[in-house]
Amino acid sequence: MPDIETHDFDILIIGAGGAGLRAAIEAQAKGMRTALVCKSLLGKAHTVMAEGGVAAAMGNVYSEDNWKVHFRDTMRGGKMLNNWRMAQLHAQESPERVLELEQWGALFDRTPDGLILQRDFGGHRYARLAHVGDRTGLELLRTVQHRAVAVGIQVFMECKIIRLLHDEAGRVNGAVGLWRETGKFVVFGAKSVILATGGVGKMYKFTSNSWEGTGDGHALALWAGADLIDMECIQFHPTGMIWPPSARGLLVTEGVRGDGGILKNRDNERFMFNYISDYFKAETSDTIEEADQWYDNKRDFRRPPELLPRDEVARAINSEVKAGRGSPHGGVFLDIASRRSAEDIRRRLPSMYHQFKELADVDITKDAMEIGPTCHYIMGGIRVDADSAAATVPGLFAAGEVAGGMHGANRLGGNSLSDLLVFGRRAGIGAAEYALGTSGKVNIDETQVEKITQHALSFFDHEGHENAYSAHQALQNTMQELVGIIRTESELLEAKDQLRGLEERAQAVSVEGHRQFNPGWHLALDLEAMVAVAQCTTLGAIDRRESRGGHTREDFPLPDNETLGKINMVTSIANGEVSVRSEALPEMPPELKELFEEAH
Amino acid sequence: MSPETTGTDTQKTLKMRLWRGDESGGEFAEYQIPAQEGEVVLDVVHRIQAEDAPDLAVRWNCKAGKCGSCSAEINGRPALMCMTRMSTLDIDAPITVSPMRGFPIIRDLVTDVSYNYAVARRIPPFQPPVLAEGEVFRMQQIDVDRGQEFRKCIECFLCQNVCHVIRDHEDNKESFAGPRFFARLAELEMHPLDTLDRRRLVSEQFGLGLCNITKCCTEVCPEGIHITDNAIIPLKERVVDARFDPVAWLGRKLTGKPNPTPANVAAAYAPETLEDQLNARRAGQVGSHPMTTGIDSN
Ligand code: SF4
Ligand code: SF4
Ligand code: FES
Repeated sequence: MPDIETHDFDILIIGAGGAGLRAAIEAQAKGMRTALVCKSLLGKAHTVMAEGGVAAAMGNVYSEDNWKVHFRDTMRGGKMLNNWRMAQLHAQESPERVLELEQWGALFDRTPDGLILQRDFGGHRYARLAHVGDRTGLELLRTVQHRAVAVGIQVFMECKIIRLLHDEAGRVNGAVGLWRETGKFVVFGAKSVILATGGVGKMYKFTSNSWEGTGDGHALALWAGADLIDMECIQFHPTGMIWPPSARGLLVTEGVRGDGGILKNRDNERFMFNYISDYFKAETSDTIEEADQWYDNKRDFRRPPELLPRDEVARAINSEVKAGRGSPHGGVFLDIASRRSAEDIRRRLPSMYHQFKELADVDITKDAMEIGPTCHYIMGGIRVDADSAAATVPGLFAAGEVAGGMHGANRLGGNSLSDLLVFGRRAGIGAAEYALGTSGKVNIDETQVEKITQHALSFFDHEGHENAYSAHQALQNTMQELVGIIRTESELLEAKDQLRGLEERAQAVSVEGHRQFNPGWHLALDLEAMVAVAQCTTLGAIDRRESRGGHTREDFPLPDNETLGKINMVTSIANGEVSVRSEALPEMPPELKELFEEAH
Repeated sequence: MSPETTGTDTQKTLKMRLWRGDESGGEFAEYQIPAQEGEVVLDVVHRIQAEDAPDLAVRWNCKAGKCGSCSAEINGRPALMCMTRMSTLDIDAPITVSPMRGFPIIRDLVTDVSYNYAVARRIPPFQPPVLAEGEVFRMQQIDVDRGQEFRKCIECFLCQNVCHVIRDHEDNKESFAGPRFFARLAELEMHPLDTLDRRRLVSEQFGLGLCNITKCCTEVCPEGIHITDNAIIPLKERVVDARFDPVAWLGRKLTGKPNPTPANVAAAYAPETLEDQLNARRAGQVGSHPMTTGIDSN
């Protein structure tokens, strides 16, 4: 290709969050010439936002902990929709992955005898989260970033990948990207490609995700012919900031409730007691008296209902607001001020204290916080082989949030940082083994490249006044209102219709200005990915006629364990259209099944 | 409740002067936009982008002060756009937002910060002792505290932007790592498990001697890292005082002892020098979160 910068690598990794960096380290260690491409600068990925910790059954605090308990917690938390093999590998390998970070310079908080300290979190039976205060994600990202730099991985920053390339046999063999700085195109040839692009939050109005969370990897895989699974399973974190508008969606850590924070409606009622479902009755306090004793005596008392899994709490808040008992800005109150001393709050929740003080002018040691659910994480994603992280298209691999299966219908806090380490590494190995098995030079098909670059440039030629920002807002409104936290058939069908129109709008966007660092253009390209992902989510949500984890149907409020609980919703592109089908979940072997029979 | 909920600012019109241009030049463009409640500077910039200037170049990621992407100069003062609330500025006067001055401009508010990534690549990485099969590292909280302060760094490069050694003398970039990387070098130097002696490099290759402790870096750090007191001064001490005495250095590092006993940990960190006094002072602050308005009174 005469005018286009072209690179040739063994392995191309798209996304430089924890999963992409971990994959790159492993691929490089296997002797692969590895390229790492990211949309932002290195070290800015959304991984930095993770607060709580990395879940790993190291048993440093409770020696009873082991991989089987972690596996069981993960599957139960995921409402048994998880790929059992992924959950098993994750539970078995995460302790090793955490210790390895220490070999690369990470400084975790310590136990009195000098080991890595582990903290309690929702859904985990034992204190299991290795952490650094409330900035664990930053620590993890810096550690793998420094390691990647140390081993000399080539990083291509501020480069947006537009489409994947494939050879005559349909094997993925590279990608076409766009330098954000210059607006010029770049082609990467590679024997295998790993997607590690993170989440999709930006298709919702209220999200804890950064601008990068536009579902790029999901869409790239889909367009390349790969399967996605369970895209309807999206986690709405119950406590996001809702005021001021600019901070709306920003995460308020679960740690606030872990440390004693309670939820109240406008009538000052501690309403979570009205929302304890049968599934959790046995393990949840039903009186305020009992709940309040749990914080100091976890052995003899049951958990307060504020610490039910994220999906349960988010639904309860939603119901309170709908019933007209919300706070002034349409959320509920999270109160720690009346529960703990100012000094304790500042010591245990420094960044929350700071966040509210700086952004909302609220002193959380004096006043309650106003909070509401925010789109936080997608459990669904690219369908992968558990052991190798291979997608259903040859040459393509996926790890981290962009891959599906590991978390089932709902993810436990702390399991995403461990996920990206375990499967980032496995994707690096999988992609390296695949690359070693291919022979000959990578042949880039110039016609494909030409088509892709033409398409990207077409936005400059469009007549009309479709603005990328308004089309994006329209998409966010559709998804927030019709495919949000509580769903129902009529609204989902309405969303499906609207998405058809939005797809046209996204394709009609006209871009002003020139190619150099032009955010309007970048958004136009992100938008087509978001629309494709939104279609998958909506189709999956229509067909999953049950409520399970991060997918709640008002018209089907109960889980259907006999049928729908045993299938994945698989979305893919057939004849240019996104379509959905269902396939049976992989069957768990008997020795693992036993783990669920023993306890309760 | 926040005073902003009363909505007194809502009728006001903001006059935002944003720098538009590229390396060949540019100018401030003025945008008038109605004020909204509770916004930070980045929100206003985004609204201008969505409504008036779709091609306005600006970097951001987290909008929560955690990624260090949105560094700029607001009314000439270096700060994170996502952590600067409009209510802290005088909105009767025009508000200027310009790119960081210490780095070449790419376009509008976006600068070329590649110098920082180049320096990062030159720093010799962490080198742990070799562990026996099945052995794990043991470190005390008090030992990791020191490094953890520097690991809070979000790489906003505001400290690099204000350091006069970099800002005023382009050619110093060759030989001067800058405050962010002095913090990184100090972190490695104070890491209880690191086995590499970087002290000669610190002065000979990374230009520690050029720093004359003006503390401008510490003052702008949005993470409240005490770059001068806790990183630069101790590094200078180590470089000068120890006279590259390998024995004293080893004693301080606990290397080759992956499982240090509490006694040798204590011995290694017994207060003795100015550096230790400074650290002891910092230890007294453990738990209090720095108020990261960007100004550390220090
Ligand atoms: S103290 Fe040193 S490193 Fe910091 S700004 Fe001043 S001269 Fe630069
Ligand atoms: S040390 Fe502070 S000012 Fe410098 S890059 Fe890090 S966070 Fe920014
Ligand atoms: S956008 Fe991340 S620090 Fe401002």
